Amino acid sequence: MPTYTFVVNGKPVSVEAPADMALLWVLRDKLGVRGPKFGCGIGVCRACTSHLDGVEVQPCVTPVSSCAGKTVTTIEGLASGDELHPVQEAWLEQDVAQCGYCQPGQIMAAVALLNSVGEPSDEDIDRIANVCRCGTYFRIRQAIKSAAAKM
Amino acid sequence: MRRRQFLAFLVAAPVLTVAVPGTAEAVLPTLPQPAEIMDLGDILILAGTPTAGALAVLTVGEDGVVTLELPRAEVGQGITTATAMLVAEELDLPLDRVRVVLADARSELLFNQLTGGSNTIRSAYGPVRSAAAAVRARLVAAAAQEHGVAVERLSTRDGGVVLPDGRFIAYGLLTSAAAQLTGVFSAQPKPASQHRLVGTPQSRIDARAMVTGQFKYTLDHDVPGAMPTVVRRPPTINGTVKSVDSAAARSMPGVLAVGVVPTGVAVVAETFGQAMAARDALKVTWNPGTIDALSDKEIRAKLRAAALPFVVPPLLTQHVDMEFDFAFVSHAPMETNSAIADVRDDRAEIWAGLKSPIVARQTIASVLGLPEAAVTVHVMQGGGSFGRRLFFDAAIEAAQISQALRRPVKLMWSRTDDMRHGRARAASHHKLRATFGLGNVLTFEHRVASVETDFRHGLGEILTATAASLPVGGNLSFAQTVFLTTCKVPYNFGVVTSLLNEVPLRMHTGSWRSVYSANTRGAEEILVDQLAARMGKDPVAFRREHLKSARQRAVLDKAAALGEWGRAMPRGFAQGVAFHDEYKSCTACLVEIDARDPQNPRVVKAVIVVDVGRPVNPRGLEAQMLGGLTDAISTTLRAGLHIDRGLPLEGSYSQFHYARQKDAPLDVRVHVMPASGEPGGAGELGVPAAVGAIANAYARATGVVPRSFPIIFPVDFEPFPR
Repeated sequence: MPTYTFVVNGKPVSVEAPADMALLWVLRDKLGVRGPKFGCGIGVCRACTSHLDGVEVQPCVTPVSSCAGKTVTTIEGLASGDELHPVQEAWLEQDVAQCGYCQPGQIMAAVALLNSVGEPSDEDIDRIANVCRCGTYFRIRQAIKSAAAKM
Repeated sequence: MRRRQFLAFLVAAPVLTVAVPGTAEAVLPTLPQPAEIMDLGDILILAGTPTAGALAVLTVGEDGVVTLELPRAEVGQGITTATAMLVAEELDLPLDRVRVVLADARSELLFNQLTGGSNTIRSAYGPVRSAAAAVRARLVAAAAQEHGVAVERLSTRDGGVVLPDGRFIAYGLLTSAAAQLTGVFSAQPKPASQHRLVGTPQSRIDARAMVTGQFKYTLDHDVPGAMPTVVRRPPTINGTVKSVDSAAARSMPGVLAVGVVPTGVAVVAETFGQAMAARDALKVTWNPGTIDALSDKEIRAKLRAAALPFVVPPLLTQHVDMEFDFAFVSHAPMETNSAIADVRDDRAEIWAGLKSPIVARQTIASVLGLPEAAVTVHVMQGGGSFGRRLFFDAAIEAAQISQALRRPVKLMWSRTDDMRHGRARAASHHKLRATFGLGNVLTFEHRVASVETDFRHGLGEILTATAASLPVGGNLSFAQTVFLTTCKVPYNFGVVTSLLNEVPLRMHTGSWRSVYSANTRGAEEILVDQLAARMGKDPVAFRREHLKSARQRAVLDKAAALGEWGRAMPRGFAQGVAFHDEYKSCTACLVEIDARDPQNPRVVKAVIVVDVGRPVNPRGLEAQMLGGLTDAISTTLRAGLHIDRGLPLEGSYSQFHYARQKDAPLDVRVHVMPASGEPGGAGELGVPAAVGAIANAYARATGVVPRSFPIIFPVDFEPFPR
């Protein structure tokens, strides 16, 4: 079984895994990084959304082999110590989370959006396709706008 | 003694609660319906009354943190925050010094550990405050004893007791002495007029853990030896394994064990990725399931045939007749069905999101052949439920796998299995007839035919114990009891009759947020709009004229004012309004829809006014109403399941079209009415009015009254292989 070396939330890791194993299972089952959640396994619910070299990816459909030498950031790696990312702060300010299960993915998708568009329009926000089964969308929209204003 | 008091209350309840209906003079009053006399929540509270004193277990730590062990399931409703507020209020404690943990299954609570019927705050409001008040009394008594001061001269604030000389003694310093006091400490909770925290908007106490990825759901826990486990399931609902060739699967990397269980073939592996790959490599032949011959067409025909006849013939009066169909809907919580089980020869331990953990414990013990006391059931906070986690099928299955393979397991259902073999809201058919004459509504009849909704998660026992002798109910099945104790027409419409008939099909159904009300009350609110139109009335004015109480009218008026009812809308846009009353709460919803393209509508704005009697946490209440709105947008416009030869076609969120951000309104306003009494239910309240408002807005925007839900429901995908 091949070994892949990459960085997860600032820490270098080496894992032995089949080349086609989804990054999600490497993170959750081999490395114990449990912030990214399983919701579908085919990249459509986007509950596992994380960043690979700063770009939004869905680890459930990202083979571990494609991560070699790169940097993976999950929800756990977003804050600097106790200092939350402005998007996380906005999520608290708007009290977005209900069951909370999709929120790590929602936040990582929102950060990716804000990294590419400073002041997203409603149409930009509409393009975030992450499912929130509790239906918190309006508070997510408000939180993104609030974070954008502060960033 | 207890029984006599209990019965006396049951008999007395109608006498105490029935008000003379109707203050408007021009309408024909409607007699109180069963749900107005006693609703499902009342039944749950009554069933829990004998154990209410044992409901809340509070612990004061030496660090001053007070822990509430709550025998309910948090799945996103915000009940841990709301009950923490109740504790903080009574103890004069900062909210961040209260911790809430979910209690394990406590069989001694009998009927008082079921999370459903929008009943947590209703059932916990009294007991949690009483328990916290007693704890405060005990801490004060300990301070009085230690410092030789009369109790009356002490006060509490900020997590401690204040002595007459101004000295402050933190609770943490008193807890040990308080624990050693003998005697009975009971105290009246504060009157609501003294509440400083309860009734103010508070953020969720678990929010920070959630936004940092630290919050742990069932599968985020590590139980020694419990390895990732998945199940290969049959091609049709309730199919069983005929034969299995697992040679290829067993030789795959990471695979630890394979075994047949009643529901399919289980695979245990080092990682879920490897377990799923091996699952797909299994060669299985299957026995038939229980509804293999049925598709939507046959089910719909059965429902239409099952709808009971109307009483009033449409001969002598003017009338409006309408029929509606609602599809099956997956609960589809984000966290799929999952559980951890560690079953040994003489004991078992289970971890899962469970809304009826006592019945789960009893059932699992029976399935495993263990005494109930040997089974420990831990209730985990769930990633959504919407009724789904009333059922404990994943917990049973995990226990069976652990027993069969003789190893602890961490079981996760795939999304496709969750949608196809999980639970769903039952499909239903609705026949409505209203008659009117001389400006009055004379009769209002509703005949609901529904695929059987499965209540075999413990509710049956509760209803047997408390409600089978309801004076107004008669000899009803559990389902009819639930129907009659949850659904009521809030209007004076003369003679009102609502009847349910169920078609038993052996498939997996279950209560879905608001149980029968989303479809039943949603359909009624559509008829109300049509009736208003036929009688030449404005939808708001017509509702206002026929609502039964001033409280209801105030809610409707507020929604009409905040939502600017009647404002001019561009072509293809329209407003829609609806009203709903359940569990001692009521709400009005006013939406604006953009249906310029009738096949691609979007609810762009929503105003929701809600009166729950006494809001504990208005911010949490607003969140519940927002969730109910999104559920209504989804199920009214696009989200449903197609049944095809014994199996739902939908297998993931790319096919089951629950709303995304692009479907959500750009503007939502929730207005919470001021407190006026005791807390009513809130968790399910938001769905039915929103269903009616959206359908009515769609009808007004397009000129076509929707009759079949979801309105836009093509099979616009290639179904996954079975």
